This record gives sequence, structure tokens and C-alpha cells, in this order.
Amino acid sequence: MSLSMTAGSVPGPRKDPEVAAALGRRRKRADRIVRALCVGSTLIGLAFLASILITLTYRGFTAMGPNVFTRVTAPPGSDGGLLNAIVGSLIQASLGTAIGTPIGMLVGTYLAEYARGSKFGNMVRFVSDILLSAPSILVGLFVYQILVLPFGGFSGWAGVVALAIIVIPVVVRTTEDMLTLIPNTLREAVIGLGSPKWKMIVFVCWKSAMSGIITGILLAIARVAGETAPLLFTSLGNNGWATDLTRPMASLPVAIYSMAGSPFEDWIALAWAGALLITLSVLALNILARTLLRGRK
Amino acid sequence: MSQAATASSATISHSARRGGNLGDLIFEWACRGSGLLVLVLLGAIIIELFIAGLPAFRAFGIDFIWSTDWDPVQEVFGAGVSIYGTIVTAVLAIFLAVPLAFGVAFYLTELAPTWLRGPVGTAIELLAAVPSIIYGMWGFFVIAPAFAAHIQPWIIDNAGELPLIGFLFQGAPFGTGIFTASFILAIMILPFIAATMRDVFQQVPPVYKESAYGLGATTWEVMRGVVLPYTRISVVGGIMLGLGRALGETMAVTFVIGNANRISTSLFGPGNTIASLVALEFGESETGSLKLASLLALGFILFVLSFIVLATSRYLLRSRLKA
Repeated sequence: MSLSMTAGSVPGPRKDPEVAAALGRRRKRADRIVRALCVGSTLIGLAFLASILITLTYRGFTAMGPNVFTRVTAPPGSDGGLLNAIVGSLIQASLGTAIGTPIGMLVGTYLAEYARGSKFGNMVRFVSDILLSAPSILVGLFVYQILVLPFGGFSGWAGVVALAIIVIPVVVRTTEDMLTLIPNTLREAVIGLGSPKWKMIVFVCWKSAMSGIITGILLAIARVAGETAPLLFTSLGNNGWATDLTRPMASLPVAIYSMAGSPFEDWIALAWAGALLITLSVLALNILARTLLRGRK
Repeated sequence: MSQAATASSATISHSARRGGNLGDLIFEWACRGSGLLVLVLLGAIIIELFIAGLPAFRAFGIDFIWSTDWDPVQEVFGAGVSIYGTIVTAVLAIFLAVPLAFGVAFYLTELAPTWLRGPVGTAIELLAAVPSIIYGMWGFFVIAPAFAAHIQPWIIDNAGELPLIGFLFQGAPFGTGIFTASFILAIMILPFIAATMRDVFQQVPPVYKESAYGLGATTWEVMRGVVLPYTRISVVGGIMLGLGRALGETMAVTFVIGNANRISTSLFGPGNTIASLVALEFGESETGSLKLASLLALGFILFVLSFIVLATSRYLLRSRLKA
């Protein structure tokens, strides 16, 4: 190399048009192959989603009927429905969200408005992010230890608390993200008018971040609506009609779990109907949340 | 009034007015208290699980972690098989999911036409929204039979006789088992890894990519030579996030892993994971029994495992979080 340089030729590889063309073809081919593989992986991902949705629609709709919504769980072969599970899920998910949301909003507000850059704030943010991805079955075990064992039995309330714990980090994340997007000039303007800080946060910051915060709440509802593992050890499930939160309470995911694992055809069919219900509502909530957020951006 | 008007934003956030503004005081402490509550919550989960698992740790000592016994009749319990299953399924899921996730992220950031990026990105993210139990049913009633009838016999015929790695693919094609569980897990964590990769790929300054394109680089060369080196730490962070998710998945795995307490050399053999074992056996354990304590001790081990992985992931992703 150095020899050829001293000989006065141009530095760099020898220019041979045929070699260059072959190299170019090889690079282009590698590029085309990778592109094709990437399109392929995306198609595979979409195919999984399609397969899940088609299976659910096909098996769910064949099992769907008025009984699903009007009757409680009955022994196999006697035309039961999922009414108790649907109502139980609605009660637990809405109460869990109602308890978890204010806490989550306050934590998110603390992180965005009070604790920017502070050590305690960083720690809270870290722990909240860990809780967001931590296995939900452990939340169930924890609530079993603190609420089921000491109070002598499985109860709807224990399920509500477990779901609330799962709601908190979801709401924290979106609340903080949305509040940090608000320009500081807006805060300065409000404080400049002589408003106390809490009024600034509640009436200006929360208000202008409202659609984002609601997105977070919708996502949290979608998340807890499908949670099974934390409810197994807390509200347990109930084959009868129960709206008393101090007793074991049915929920759709737990009902699906026990029915899908049973050997009875009609129970498995009911499980598919329940699965279709849950998935449709969860996906609808997700799409609604995204539309809200897109409108904002 | 004039003082307040000239105050900069920095002093606003730090000086709570001490002039007896009770509302401010209450609100700030409500926020701070909620933050504290989150810290206490995580601490309480760790401590409660540890205390509840203590009888098992006492009875079996440190051997509990690698002992492969699980005998409810003689009250001998060990975590070896389920820890093995948890780690093997999660790691295998990562190997299956990462190439796919990379392909999806590459497609969404560089290849797809702009009008298609939104819908396709949303569809992939919806995979993350589908509840775990739905994956379980789908895996059990659709994927496992398909594996048993077509895919596993083919792999066993073609790879079962290979030297060195052949033993991984031997045995009967049940459909359920370690491999099927990893496969379902891979689909479940795909959207998390793909979304992280897409976000960090988008953060590469366009001028870097344009310089490479200007030199005549192909799209793939730009990805390999510019985008990946620039984002590799965050990419690993995204993969760790997926791993953390895979470790603790419960319902989907419970449906398809076959639930047997033994370590099989074949990937098609049945097994269990910490989460699936807890979900299955918890209902059959009496309050105060050694079995229940062992299950809670397993929960504690799972918590430690996922905490380490998730904390690493967050550490690696910190540059992205700041941006």
C-alpha cells in the first residue's frame, strides 16, 4: 500500500470497473435481502395479530348468545352464562381504577412539578417504572399476604386493591409525560397572576394535559381488565352471583381461565365468548386512547 | 405582585410561599406522600414475599435454589426446575423475538411508506395490549395443535439426528412444552422490543444518516454502520425490558408449557416456570403449609430476578429517557 503511494498513484483501492460493479451488485443484493427479511418480520407480526383476532372472532361468535349476558355461571351442560363474571370484572376494574388513578396522578404531578432532578424524585420514578413491568402475579401474592390472610379469606376488596396497585404506575407514567410537555411559560404566566401553585397545577396544568391523562387512565383500565394472575389469589372467582365485596368475587379473566382448562365443551365455548368480549373491549380502549392522543399532537 | 411577576421558573418551583398558604402545603404533601407510598409499596412487596417465604428458606437452606425436588407428599420442595424453566423460556423467547423486533423496527423507521407507518405501528403495539390469558388460549387451542401436527415432527425428523445439538430436538411432538411457551412469549414481548427499537432509531440525528447516504451507502449499510452503533446501548436496554417481561409472564405460559416438574433435555419436553408453578399450585396449598411458604419463596426469587433485569434495562435506557 505504502509502496504504491510513493509510486505516485492515487491512494485507495485499484479502480477496476468490473470489480467495482461486482461489489456494487453484492451490496445491493445484501440490501435487498435485508429489506425483504424486514418486510417479512413485519408481516409475521401482523399475521400473529390477525390469527388471534380471527380465532377469537370465529370461536367467540359461535358461542355468543343472550345467555352469556343474562345468566350466571352454571354447572357444565346446563346453559350457564358469564353475567356474574362480567359484573364482577366491571366492579373490580372500575373500583381499582378509581383508587389507583388519584394516587397515580398525584405521584406523576409530584415527579413533573415538584421533584424535577431531585434524588427522591428519581428514586420514585425508578420504582414506579419497575412496578410498571414487574410480574403481576407477585402483586397478587403480596395482596394475598396483606389482605387475604389477615382478614380471613378471599374477597372482592383484595382484588380491587391488587388491580389498583397495577393501575398506579401506568397513570404515573402518562401523567408525568404529559405534564412535562407543558411549556414553562404557561406556568410562569399563572404564577405571575398571583395564583398559588396548587391552583396553577389543578386548573391550568391538569386541564391542559387532560386528554393525555385520560389516555393514561384508559390504558390503565385496558391493562387491568385483562389481568388474571393477580386476581387468582385475591378475589379468587365465584360461580354464583356475588356483588358483596367482602366475599370472593367472579371476574371474566379468572372465569375464562377455569373454563378453558376444563374438559367440558360448553364451558370451553363460554370461555371463547368471554375471551372475545375482553379482547374487543381492551383493544377498543387502546384504539380510543391512541385517537385521543393523536388529536392532541 | 411585582416580585412574583419577576420570579423565574426555577425559584417558583422551589419556594413554597410560606405566607400561610395552606392549600399549597397540603397539595405538595399529598403529592410527596403519594410518591413515598410508591416507594413503600415496592419495599413492602419485597419484604412481605421474603418473610412469607422464610419458612422454606429455613427448612431447605440455600439448597432450595438449585434443588430439583418438588414432592408435596413428603414436603420436600426445591426451586431448581422452575428457575431453570423460567430462564430457559425467557432467553429462548429473546432469541426468537429480537430478530423479528429488529425487522419490524427497521421496516417502520426506514422502509415503510409514511402513510403505512402509523397503522402498522399501532397494529404491532396492539399485540402488547392483548391480555396474557388470551395468548394462553390461543397458544393452547391453535398453536400447540399446529406444532404437534406439523412443525415439531418436521423439526424432530430434520434436526433430531444432528450431532451436538440433536438432543435438543428429540422426543415426542406433544405440541405443548418449553419451546411452545418460548414461542408464545416471543410474540408477547415482540411489541415491547420493537417499540423501544423504533423510538431509539428515530432519535438518530438525520444528518448522520444523510452523510452516510451521501457517500453512497445502502439502507442496510446505514442501519448497520450508523444507526445500530449509535443506538446499541438503548437497543440492549429494550431487549432487557423484553427479558424482564418474559420472566414473569404467567397465564400464557401456564397454558402451554405442559407443567411437569422435571428438567428435560429436549426443548419439546414439558417443564414449568416460577410463575406457572405458583399459579397452578397456589390453590391447592393449605394456609401455613410449607408448600405455600415455598411458593412464596419462589415469588421472592422471581421478584429478585425481574428486579435485576428491569433495573439494568432502565439503566441502559436512561439516555433515551432523558431525551
